[in-house]
Amino acid sequence: MNLVNPVHFLFWLLLTGFAASAAELQKPVPLKSGVEFVSEDLRKLQADDFANPGMLWVTRGAKLWGEAAGASGKSCAACHGDAVKSMKGVAARYPRIDAGAGRLVDLEGRITLCRERNQGAMPLQHESEGLLGLTAYVAYQSRGMPAAVVLDARGRKHYERGREIYHTRIGQMNLSCAHCHDRSWGRKLAAETISQGHGNAYPAYRLEWQALGSLQRRIRACYYGLRAEMPPYGAQDLLDLELYLAARGGGLPIETPGVRR
Amino acid sequence: MVARVHLPAAARRGEVIEVRITVQHPMETGFRFELGGKPIPKNVINSLLVRYNGAQIFRAELGSGIAANPYLQFHTVARQSGEIEVSWVDDNGERGSERAAITVV
Repeated sequence: MNLVNPVHFLFWLLLTGFAASAAELQKPVPLKSGVEFVSEDLRKLQADDFANPGMLWVTRGAKLWGEAAGASGKSCAACHGDAVKSMKGVAARYPRIDAGAGRLVDLEGRITLCRERNQGAMPLQHESEGLLGLTAYVAYQSRGMPAAVVLDARGRKHYERGREIYHTRIGQMNLSCAHCHDRSWGRKLAAETISQGHGNAYPAYRLEWQALGSLQRRIRACYYGLRAEMPPYGAQDLLDLELYLAARGGGLPIETPGVRR
Repeated sequence: MVARVHLPAAARRGEVIEVRITVQHPMETGFRFELGGKPIPKNVINSLLVRYNGAQIFRAELGSGIAANPYLQFHTVARQSGEIEVSWVDDNGERGSERAAITVV
């Protein structure tokens, strides 16, 4: 093989150039939302705004939005007004560094902070109907908008940590996220097609759960599948992974409430 | 419990309209066990009733074969303006209801 052929060399330069920019923000090519890996039936169910079972949680969230909570006696609507306007596009920017708390928070975490700081209310438990409902309702206002997290210097650190976790082998299966979701997406794992592992549909309704669940719950399910120790809800590892996934799937439309197997 | 009822906002008198209902409910079959091995008692919506301006137009008896968050759909004839009310009761005796308005012209 003639490696010094100038045409080959130029081609090699181009390839490594692309590889370098891909390493900058590693994204699967082409970028495909999880909805492209599910059956026609599920796609229809997700697209039907009435039959989509996740809409039950959105409805619950809409009710909670107007209900007073905590010592302040204020509802979400008392400060934020109509969520359809005020929350448009918000979910697409999460997870992000919360200036007040000085740490990385996802949308669930942000809602919890708001309850604590502004409503004087008890935090809602992870995966509680209330927190799922409010998160789904807020994220629903960004449906169709492209996910666009901001990676400033501090966010970058969490992103790098998330990328490290994503590529680290874990559990008895001794696999990393990348083994399935980067190298093998589109291939079969038993009866299922492996997706690219994006979080743009979450909180999503999974048939396996028969309920709506957060992205953290879904990531924990992957840990379980790898027979690895599951990080507890709210763990820094999960948040960093969420940020990495959001950046990795940047540009995909928010689908909340998605429907998945 | 949360439910959603969907009707066309307006219909002509005598028109056949579609009524769609979803109710959030775990529909526990009674065949499952907790991690500790204790059986989870059966708890399903056993009866669901739909009234159109007070008159019953639809009734369903559900069992453990129905998936969680049941979805029901049926047709009725739009007779007069008013509301359609869905009410249900589960094995624990918990009741719920949801209503939707319709304008008949």
